[in-house]
Amino acid sequence: MAEPILSVNDLAVEFDTYGGTVQAVRGVSFDVQPGETLAIVGESGCGKSVTVQSIMGLTPMPPGRITSGNALLNGVDILGRKTINGEDIRGDKIGMIFQDPMTSLNPTMNIGSQIAETLIVHRGYSKKQAFARAVELLDMSKIPEAEKRAKQYPFEFSGGMLQRAMIAMAIACEPEILIADEPTTALDVTIQAQILDLLNDLQRENGMSIILITHDLGVVARMAQEVLVMYAGQVVERGSVDDIFYRPGHPYNLGLHAAMPTNDPEAESRLTPIDGSPPDLFHPPAGCGYCARCPYSMQVCIDTPPPTYTLSEGHEAACWLHHESNTQVVPEIHHAGEAVND
Amino acid sequence: MTDLIKIDNLVKYFDIGRDQRVHAVDHVSLEIGEREIVGLVGESGSGKSTLGKAVVGLHDKTGGTVTFKGKEMPARYAPADFQAHATDMQMIFQDPYSSLNPRMTVGEIIGEGLKLHRGLGNSAVRDSVASWLERVGLQADHMSRYPHEFSGGQRQRIGIARALILEPEFVVCDEPISALDVSVQAQVINLLDELKESMGLTLLFIAHDLSMVRYVSDRMAVMYLGSLVEVGRANEVFFEPKHPYTKILVGSNPEPDPRHERHRASTTIQGEIPSPVNVPEGCRFANRCPEVMDRCRSETPQLIPVNDVTEEHPREVACHLFSRD
Repeated sequence: MAEPILSVNDLAVEFDTYGGTVQAVRGVSFDVQPGETLAIVGESGCGKSVTVQSIMGLTPMPPGRITSGNALLNGVDILGRKTINGEDIRGDKIGMIFQDPMTSLNPTMNIGSQIAETLIVHRGYSKKQAFARAVELLDMSKIPEAEKRAKQYPFEFSGGMLQRAMIAMAIACEPEILIADEPTTALDVTIQAQILDLLNDLQRENGMSIILITHDLGVVARMAQEVLVMYAGQVVERGSVDDIFYRPGHPYNLGLHAAMPTNDPEAESRLTPIDGSPPDLFHPPAGCGYCARCPYSMQVCIDTPPPTYTLSEGHEAACWLHHESNTQVVPEIHHAGEAVND
Repeated sequence: MTDLIKIDNLVKYFDIGRDQRVHAVDHVSLEIGEREIVGLVGESGSGKSTLGKAVVGLHDKTGGTVTFKGKEMPARYAPADFQAHATDMQMIFQDPYSSLNPRMTVGEIIGEGLKLHRGLGNSAVRDSVASWLERVGLQADHMSRYPHEFSGGQRQRIGIARALILEPEFVVCDEPISALDVSVQAQVINLLDELKESMGLTLLFIAHDLSMVRYVSDRMAVMYLGSLVEVGRANEVFFEPKHPYTKILVGSNPEPDPRHERHRASTTIQGEIPSPVNVPEGCRFANRCPEVMDRCRSETPQLIPVNDVTEEHPREVACHLFSRD
């Protein structure tokens, strides 16, 4: 496998609040390969946004605090740094788009100038050059009549068009990595399909890597090559998109799939919800974070955090079910060394 | 099966000044049978929530009628009408954060309807609230807490208990799960399903998650820019869509199946839903439709049955491709 472009190791982030210290991210590691899309999945509050915001230096500190770990961009640690070799990381090396484009853009500046600002700051373009490039970028993001639209303000754009403008801004400096934090959650399915197609096209043209944060497994299936499943601030499973969907190795991943309706008219079985709710990260559990909701939990899960087991090349799960002395058989869970049928 | 609710040519316009009006719901007719779940899907701005609210009387009707058990409901609800119909129909709202009064305890929120409409005393209300809290998967001692102490899924359960404590026959669920995580969505859907079975509820289930609507509903209605474009059995509409808009809607829905997604042909639709202020003449979908014909731009297609018309609720499509003339 090629050298990863971004390698995050054992990242831990805490926040001081009135109620105590929240351990939002508890030892997260992952790699992003060049030109690939990595999806980070998990429910609200599992730490997926905090993870990427900490890498981007967007976590407010204080109250936030990075307690361990590093994030190597082409081998150089970028945690807590704004520049490498005089070049900005944020906006230049790594671009980012957010869930809610309406509140992420400045309502008092026209769209073109907001995109141009990036180029003036990072690339030293003149105002005129930058605005001309902004129009090109809007055009690349498939906004019709880009020249006219560049002079309009955010309130004149629909949600889908605003997200396109955000993408134009994020790719202005040709970043190596684009982080998309729930980019389509606020959009309708038809507009979502347009935005996802646009991201795929841009990736094909520019060869950038994408980190896609989402809770929609349909979006993951459409976009990702690699998937990271997070729960309660930790990575519970990682693998290729086929590993995650067809060979789940962690009960939480399995539970997520069982909780969704299958598009099969014959299978009229009931949905299987995951009972309960995620643990309180003020006092994270001593053992596995998922054990309170897990139908297969054992005494060891409550006492000791599970190690990460390798199930096959590139497919790992942190679950005691994979320990060699475990005798509990869960047919739906994929174990190490099992045949892979594609 | 008899129709519990009959929506006939319902119209709801909002005047926004200077002779401009938003055509939020434009001549919608739909029947909902007893104990039936009808799913209503469409993009944001298509008028699905407005339709739901107009049916339960939260919006005055500009035109058309809603008939409940053969009795016509008022076009404009007076306070006494809400009083009279609260035990017939109720609504569950989308946002479990803004739809519960933060200054009332959960017991007051859920029990308010009983006090107002059934005139029960405090202790009887308390008993009933306690049993309903348990029925929706919460605990009786939650009644003295405030909404902020609950998670999104728990709040949605509170909203469900509030709507169902009066044992209505008909409930409009306006995107009851879209604010919730996947693992919690299934909890709420299963709860609704159980209550539907035990209470014999009839539901209008509004959502934009097509897979979930197909799963939940008996029949599905697809709405576009204030009008219905297709109505039929949920499985038929989802697996064999007929209207070009339904085809695109279903094709845009990403399925949690990477193999399927890799081989999926792109069905991306160009453009966005037009403004409901200046509704185009003819078919409302004509300017985005891949199969548009000349007559689509001048003649408005009506919902017409496309299969076995002897069925009680035939499959209906509003598209000139299916016109017989």
